[in-house]
Amino acid sequence: MSTTTPVTPETTTPVLELDGDKPRTPPRRAARGGSGAGRQMQAGWVTYTILAVFVVGSLFPLVWTAIAASHSNTRLAQTPPPFTFGDRLWTNLDQAWNTGNMGLALFNTMIVAGAITVSTVLFATLAGFAFAKLPFRGKNILMLLVIGTMMVPPQLGVVPLFMAIAELGWTNQLQAVILPMMVSAFGVFFMRQYLVQALPTELLEAARVDGANSLRVVWHVVLPVARPAMAVLAMLTFVTAWNEFFWPIIALTQQNPTVQVALTGLGRGYVPDQGVIMAGALLGTLPLLIVFAIFGKQIVGGIMHGALKG
Amino acid sequence: MTTDRTNAAPPAEGGAAPRPAPDATADEKELRRRRRRSWRYRMDTKASPYGFVAPFFLFFGAFGLFPLLFTGWAALHRVRLQNPGEMEWAGLHNFTRLLSDEFFWNALANTFTIGILATVPQLAMALGLAHLLNYKMRGQNFFRVVMLTPYATSVAAATLVFAILYGRDYGMINWALDLVGINPVDWKNNTWASQIAISTIVIWRWTGYNTLIYLAAMQAVPRDLYESAALDGASPWKQFLHVTLPSLRPTILFTVVVSTIGATQLFGEPLLFAGSPSGGNQNQYQTLGLYMYEMGWMNFNLGRASAIAWSMFLLLILIGLAYWAVSKWITRSTGGRRSSR
Repeated sequence: MSTTTPVTPETTTPVLELDGDKPRTPPRRAARGGSGAGRQMQAGWVTYTILAVFVVGSLFPLVWTAIAASHSNTRLAQTPPPFTFGDRLWTNLDQAWNTGNMGLALFNTMIVAGAITVSTVLFATLAGFAFAKLPFRGKNILMLLVIGTMMVPPQLGVVPLFMAIAELGWTNQLQAVILPMMVSAFGVFFMRQYLVQALPTELLEAARVDGANSLRVVWHVVLPVARPAMAVLAMLTFVTAWNEFFWPIIALTQQNPTVQVALTGLGRGYVPDQGVIMAGALLGTLPLLIVFAIFGKQIVGGIMHGALKG
Repeated sequence: MTTDRTNAAPPAEGGAAPRPAPDATADEKELRRRRRRSWRYRMDTKASPYGFVAPFFLFFGAFGLFPLLFTGWAALHRVRLQNPGEMEWAGLHNFTRLLSDEFFWNALANTFTIGILATVPQLAMALGLAHLLNYKMRGQNFFRVVMLTPYATSVAAATLVFAILYGRDYGMINWALDLVGINPVDWKNNTWASQIAISTIVIWRWTGYNTLIYLAAMQAVPRDLYESAALDGASPWKQFLHVTLPSLRPTILFTVVVSTIGATQLFGEPLLFAGSPSGGNQNQYQTLGLYMYEMGWMNFNLGRASAIAWSMFLLLILIGLAYWAVSKWITRSTGGRRSSR
């Protein structure tokens, strides 16, 4: 019969951990090894102190963005600079939202980053699956092409892209920044590396014997297995798309900006008030900081997992 | 083959005994059905891989490869921003003009110095941090996530904050320097100071990311290597030097390549540091990426901008070849050492 063997997610959940908690097993093994030699070393107070310095260094500019966003331009033009919150946060946020166009920019960026994320993850999973598990002619050369692509900066193609959107009359329209970023070579590579290990070939064969065609195999076998990696790739792609800078600056203007375009407008003197500029930076960064606060562990795991194969 | 397989394993029909003599027409029909199915099956397995990779390569071809090549073609033409559809053949004129363009050489030199100022300390710090994070400790995930937060901050947001922190008269950094008795630095106009300031923005954003990459590689180093080193009486520092670093060599090369690629494209930081595409009033921190933008979108000369883009591309290829040679040389020299032991 042509019904696919039901694949329960439990049986196919890959052994690979994507939560950045890699050393969970090795230390236990080391502990069995007994005392002293070769055991993963315990961090001392020196380590904690150095790390604490870096924690402060990593967070301080962000915290200070919020502090500066709560002060007036006049206060920011005084020494010593403010270290505590002032009372102008809402005024500045309001100005950044309206005069600085951050409201529209946030809305646009949600659409752009969302669309790019969905298409990147979808196409990367399909291609990654084919490269990981399916035999076909020209596979190695195509994979080399993917890896080579990762090394070529997309910035080098902006002139023709600009000529194209000028021809099409797409200047200032969101599809101009969505379409060129719908796929990513890194994504394909990332999904391939994951599926090579996580997707048991026997499972594919079993589905095949049961008469499932390729689309059914993808839907019922590949997608359930790929889901954790897809989630991580989605988060990484969303962050990258949100922060995309060069091309949006060229393709869009202040009339219909993304967050980065609006921030550039602020930075280049569109609203010459440092408190408002900082309020804009805060608004443009906050959504990603929230994503990080919730999924930080998974994103860390994803980067570390991707790196291991790089 | 496939038909054989299906024949060999007939679907169990509710425990019923196999029918002794199936009539001929039904059998033939079944056979034809099966053949059709196996043809479809073969077509499916043959074609579906291409179907799966097609969307990626279609988009990549249209928006990645084609623009890159067409940039090279546009570099051989006179193209103005006001009328980008009109291309006038110019041969190598755009490239020869670049060779005698002092701003181009200035931008190239700045890209190089800022690249080194940003990359070397960044990777060195990341290596040290990864080593520390590799210790057994409380709050591992907290440290990792916090160190990655700058990565979530966009170039624009980060640069705008740092531009204020580096302010000459009211910036916090000069205020802090003043506290310890150092004269205020003109971070925006002084050549070296401005390049260092811009490098710190890059360093701030990317150190955590590289730390995680090194950490992942460190955790993949087999533990018994450390065990035997410790048995030989190697101190932690010696272990780091003789076990960790050699094992990380491919990863280090990888991060150097990636950081170099990033450094050659540096654009947002110098653009927003003082808000002008000239990169400071004496172009003291104008990079190639910024010069390309100024040439194309401020001076309206898209042809010359394409030439700059392609010289960046050639530069990357040169750097790539250099790294390739270096990595070859390293593997050969270590291989030699290992065999001589």
